[in-house]
Amino acid sequence: MSEKFNEQEVIHHLKHFLPAQAPLMDFVHHNTLHAFQHLPFHEALETAHVKLGYQVYFPLDKFRALHADGRISDEIIQRVLLEKLGAEEAETWKGKMLYAHYDKVAHPRVGALRGQWKKQYNIDLDSLVHPTLFRLLGSFLDQGISIWNFPIDGKSFLEALRELEQNSWVSIFQSQKTRGYLLNPLLKISDLLRILVGKNEALHEQYLYDQQFAHQGWSGMVSVVEDLPQTLLDTRIIKLEDLILVELLLEIDALDYKLAGEWQALEQGIREFIPKFHDPIEPSEELKVLSLWQESFEWSYYDQVLKGIQMERIEKVATHQKSFQGLFCIDDRECSFRRYLENLDPSCDTYGTPGFFGVEFFYQPVGGKFYSKLCPAPITPKFLIKEVGSEKMLGKDLHFSKHSHHFLKGWLFSQTLGFWSAVKLFANIFRPSMSPATASSLQHMDKISSLRVDFDALDAQENGLQLGFKTDEMANRVEGVLKSIGLVENFAPIVYVVGHGASSVNNPHYAAYDCGACSGRAGSVNARVLSQMANKPEVRAILKERGIDIPIKTIFVGALHDTTRDDIVFYDDQLDSDEYINLHAAHEITFRKALDLNAKERSRRFESIDTRKSPAEIHEKIRVRSVSIFEPRPELNHATNALCLVGRRELSKGLFLDRRSFMNSFDYQVDPDGTYLFNILKAAAPVCGGINLEYYFSRVDGERLGAGTKLPHNVMGLFGVANGIDGDLRPGLPSQMTEVHDPVRLLLMVEHFPEVVLSTIQKAPETYEWFIHDWVKLVVIHPENKSLYVFKEGYFKPYTPLTKDIQEVGDLDALLVSNQENFPVYLINQN
Amino acid sequence: MNLSIFIWIPMIGFLVSLILPKKNETLISATAFGTLGIQLASAIIFAVIWVFQGAEPIQVNDIILFKNEEYVFQIDFLLDYISAVYLLVGALLTFMVTLYSRYYLHREAGYKRFFNTTLFFYVGYCFATLSGNLETLFIGWEILGISSFLLISFYRERYLPVKNAVKVFSIYRIGDVGLILAMWASHHLWGQNITFSQLNNAELVHEHLMTHSAIGIFISAMFLLSASAKSAQMPFSSWLPRAMEGPTPSSAIFYGSLSVHIGVFLLLRTFPFWEFQTSVRMAIAFMGASTMLIATGIARVQSSVKSQIAYASIAQIGIIFIEVSLGFEKLALFHFAGNAFLRTYQLLVSPSVVSYLIREQFYSFIPRLKTLEDRFPKKWQYSMYLLCLKEWNLDSMMYQYLWNPLKWFGHKIKFLNARGLLFIFIPLYFVGIYLQAKMDLLTRPWVEFLPITFSLIGLVMVFKSFTQRRSIRVSWLLVIMNHFWISLAISFNEQYDSTETWLYLSGIVVFGIVGYWCLQRLFTQEGKITLQRFHGLSEAHPKIAFVFLLACLGLTGFPISPTFVGEDLIFSHIHEDQFVLAAFVSFSFILDGLAVIRIYARVFMGPYYKTHADFSSRYF
Repeated sequence: MSEKFNEQEVIHHLKHFLPAQAPLMDFVHHNTLHAFQHLPFHEALETAHVKLGYQVYFPLDKFRALHADGRISDEIIQRVLLEKLGAEEAETWKGKMLYAHYDKVAHPRVGALRGQWKKQYNIDLDSLVHPTLFRLLGSFLDQGISIWNFPIDGKSFLEALRELEQNSWVSIFQSQKTRGYLLNPLLKISDLLRILVGKNEALHEQYLYDQQFAHQGWSGMVSVVEDLPQTLLDTRIIKLEDLILVELLLEIDALDYKLAGEWQALEQGIREFIPKFHDPIEPSEELKVLSLWQESFEWSYYDQVLKGIQMERIEKVATHQKSFQGLFCIDDRECSFRRYLENLDPSCDTYGTPGFFGVEFFYQPVGGKFYSKLCPAPITPKFLIKEVGSEKMLGKDLHFSKHSHHFLKGWLFSQTLGFWSAVKLFANIFRPSMSPATASSLQHMDKISSLRVDFDALDAQENGLQLGFKTDEMANRVEGVLKSIGLVENFAPIVYVVGHGASSVNNPHYAAYDCGACSGRAGSVNARVLSQMANKPEVRAILKERGIDIPIKTIFVGALHDTTRDDIVFYDDQLDSDEYINLHAAHEITFRKALDLNAKERSRRFESIDTRKSPAEIHEKIRVRSVSIFEPRPELNHATNALCLVGRRELSKGLFLDRRSFMNSFDYQVDPDGTYLFNILKAAAPVCGGINLEYYFSRVDGERLGAGTKLPHNVMGLFGVANGIDGDLRPGLPSQMTEVHDPVRLLLMVEHFPEVVLSTIQKAPETYEWFIHDWVKLVVIHPENKSLYVFKEGYFKPYTPLTKDIQEVGDLDALLVSNQENFPVYLINQN
Repeated sequence: MNLSIFIWIPMIGFLVSLILPKKNETLISATAFGTLGIQLASAIIFAVIWVFQGAEPIQVNDIILFKNEEYVFQIDFLLDYISAVYLLVGALLTFMVTLYSRYYLHREAGYKRFFNTTLFFYVGYCFATLSGNLETLFIGWEILGISSFLLISFYRERYLPVKNAVKVFSIYRIGDVGLILAMWASHHLWGQNITFSQLNNAELVHEHLMTHSAIGIFISAMFLLSASAKSAQMPFSSWLPRAMEGPTPSSAIFYGSLSVHIGVFLLLRTFPFWEFQTSVRMAIAFMGASTMLIATGIARVQSSVKSQIAYASIAQIGIIFIEVSLGFEKLALFHFAGNAFLRTYQLLVSPSVVSYLIREQFYSFIPRLKTLEDRFPKKWQYSMYLLCLKEWNLDSMMYQYLWNPLKWFGHKIKFLNARGLLFIFIPLYFVGIYLQAKMDLLTRPWVEFLPITFSLIGLVMVFKSFTQRRSIRVSWLLVIMNHFWISLAISFNEQYDSTETWLYLSGIVVFGIVGYWCLQRLFTQEGKITLQRFHGLSEAHPKIAFVFLLACLGLTGFPISPTFVGEDLIFSHIHEDQFVLAAFVSFSFILDGLAVIRIYARVFMGPYYKTHADFSSRYF
């Protein structure tokens, strides 16, 4: 009983378990259960389930229904059982999968100890403590909702509260005693725990877990702001420690008040066994059955995909003049857009690469007071790119004006603006249009402005960042991108670099719809920066030495694809000769047609749009949808994502993957030893894997790991959403984003030789963890004969698909209107 | 043209929406916005014709529900410019919001329930705003209360919405009883049930109030109590932000606009009554002014967008109260319409606030923007800030002065075992009946003493029902017993027609049995459940949940049961000098509503007890 309570260590460990989602503005997808990533997938899930009470799989009934619908195949179940359990046990477990019944009552470890307050004293501490605590935190962290800000600036949360208490007639607390505790600068968490929980230090740690997981959203936010203060534009100093201290004080205060001081430390009244949070877990049969279902569900889909890849017979077309080439983000939403471009113009080529296009920097638009980071979240760039041009006019909407909340101005507002609101509401319902309330992908950068990409020795630094890139820095980045996707020869006259962004309105999660590789911003600036770099003769000269000969006739053009509206904007200011202008005009028509068709393909998921209409009509509806304030699903974002292909385009050109695949172009011939492949996998595993797992967990447990339905959400301090006014913050994705998602892990398929891939993934332990613990499933496709190898327990083992045949679809249109559900894999374009 | 058409259109729409298949979203939403579309169109046409014809008030005496020599309960409607404005604003907003919700709620599990409840709410709104007398207003008032409860607890599988719905319901219940007491007193003042248009007869009102000034003040005070509870004025303000638990459109239209302005409507309606009571007008102005100041302060420190809009709206309603008290009725109506539109729209676009304000911050951030309050002395500034942050303790005050005394009293009568209560007091009840039959033999003090005693016994019953946690069935029976005791108490008051008692008790008995049967059925399927925690059984037993809800409504005297008329009737038999009796009976009514709703909430709402541990996190 003499386990020592080490405050710093416990808090450090606790922070690791809390949700790590940054404020809404910086929404970046990540593995929700990152704290368990050091364990193999199924074991991690079971641990999280037992300790924290999360649902980690689909419910059993749901799996059985999928099986009855034929979405989970019997053959696959059989194989999964054979592989996992051997022939003897397969039969019994199959019986359990199909018929066993398990009681549903979940008793997670977390919460049990603190739940004793209710048992012993019939007191509901949460309802006494949380509203005040959330109010204090919200007001302290608030980024701009309140009119009268937290009155103390520049101090930490705890110091600020102390100052507030010292200089106020009104107290946060009910009793002078607790007030006195707060004002004592030597106050320690362990002192308070001794009062509340008792002398037994073994219980202290567990109590803190219980306490913080009763509001994991707020605790997670505090923990993120503690570690990354710059994630709030208006920075704050706060530590999880402060939060815990204040909460413990509020608890003591509430107990004193409610029970009139007649209470004892919690340990005194414990009459039952309370399992320890950190103890090893007992494997349960139910979770094992669920994990078997999960494997079967996943492989039922993977198997088709792999068979499809083996069956499709599209060969690389012999070298001929290309009409244009396009670089796109690996994003699953670009999948179908690229397919339509290729169908409309068979002599074009499309490539996929992470949407920051290998150029990492901070960006400052004209008039901007801050920098935005435009590269994947883990990278900290050393460069700054500035927009040059005239100041933008920001659209204003008086409805967001805080003056309407003042009683006198509010009086004027409601008598005047009030009637205008009725007109606006009417217009918004019957004729939705762009408004200042819309978060549009175009706002990111003005089309007519220009960017300062070149380094200038006279104006070299700003706040420790280098302004612009030097020539060799540019050449390195352009080389990196082009070699990693295998575009090193045979350049077309125009190479488009297409970033992507999204537009939506009434959507606090707008940042999650933008490009994840640009830290939740649109990719337009990056596309333009890369194009400018690649168009520089000095850069091309260096590239030529390194084996990439970009002809003079080739020009790079930046563009932005708005994935919600299916619009495209070209930053075509660099096209100066008539020849290019004409060429570009022709391609632009192709792009527009492809976008119409893409809009049509997307529309099949939308209840409010009739997919049988013409592409142009549907496209117009899609645009209206993006600016409709009553539309909680402007687009479906990454929902249904399941695959990631790293290889040449020909590998999947003949497959209909239903917009479920990330696609990273890669040519094993350009990279025989896996140097570029290493960089690709280093990014693809956490980025695509993170997106995939965030969708997975938000889908299987919308209550605790996702944000639940977004309809009742209330915006807190501009950094998070909660239900109602007293609720906990809701990290994760709202159900409207995930409801059509099938929770399957990402199947990462790499086209290279198994031995090269094996040595590549072993280079960095943090990347290897994703594969060795099965958080992402890895399959290698042999580039010469398309034989398959699955990565299992550290080795590649040959794989033969069970699927016999993949159907071919001639008329894609007919297929698209047939239903709203996820499609199986089909062969297309097999000529 | 008959005004009741504006009740029938939404009523039919509501009834039709109840029987539609749950899965058919298109049909459900079409029914809702079709209903509202027809209502809006006919209201506009009607209003235009009415204005062209001179805009004379129209009073319609519709249906007589009950009548004897001294008492008439009838449904009356009145259209004048007040109800016309409320009718049009309500129809327009509800129409637009149903259209909005058609897509917004797509795929939501409670899609049908949402439109059902919205239409039901709208029926209540029309009843209230078109009402021609207090009784009709009361019908609407009750419907608004229960539909608000259902809308706030729309996400009934979660803890906070249910908790807040019960909280709001209890405040509404105070408003209800204010209205019942106003009806009771005015019945005695006029000697009959009076219509609103009669109130406009200044001479008549003046003449009555001359002789009964005390009761006049009492009635006005009750109106003010009801109005301020319903319109979230001081000290009731804290319910409004807590009502924002449902989907944003329902919060926007009901708690942002229509529902909170009903209190204003009551004041506008009864204005002729208290027009000459200067003290009442001052009280209203004072209440409005204090609300305006305090709510503005609270709104300024809110860091969540919906609570900010809620408090800003409350402050505006405070101003409307002042306007009404000053007699600027037209201005108040104009202000109501503007405020309703503004807040509805602000709430509907509130999710956009993130991208809008962050963009604004990005381009025009000024560190530490100075506000008015920075000029205050530090101690004042900090104290005011904390006070506003704690909402002036309004919410905890509701606990302190409302719940805690109840719990304290419940604690005091702990020695009364609930089951024992039943066994002792059922025989005792028969003694009561015997005494009543032999009333001629009793002396005068006894006749005065017995009704108060019996109503007190009734009160204790419902108290026990409200505070005990063990047995659901006993709680339910105690509520029924309460009604029996009340009717017994009143029957001592005078010789009156026993059919009135039967009218009152028939609803109680029928719905009481239905409810008991529901509980019985639930027990056989689920095993024993208690009132210790939420069980969330509505998902597993939707049919029982629905029938039991009806039983609850019937038992609390909702206008689906004869008890509704009976309640009013019973009150009319309490003499105007029997304040104690009136207090006990009205207190019982508050409590039995709460007790019954508590049972419903604990059994059918909240997190499902089979999937959620007792201690699992509830604040999401």
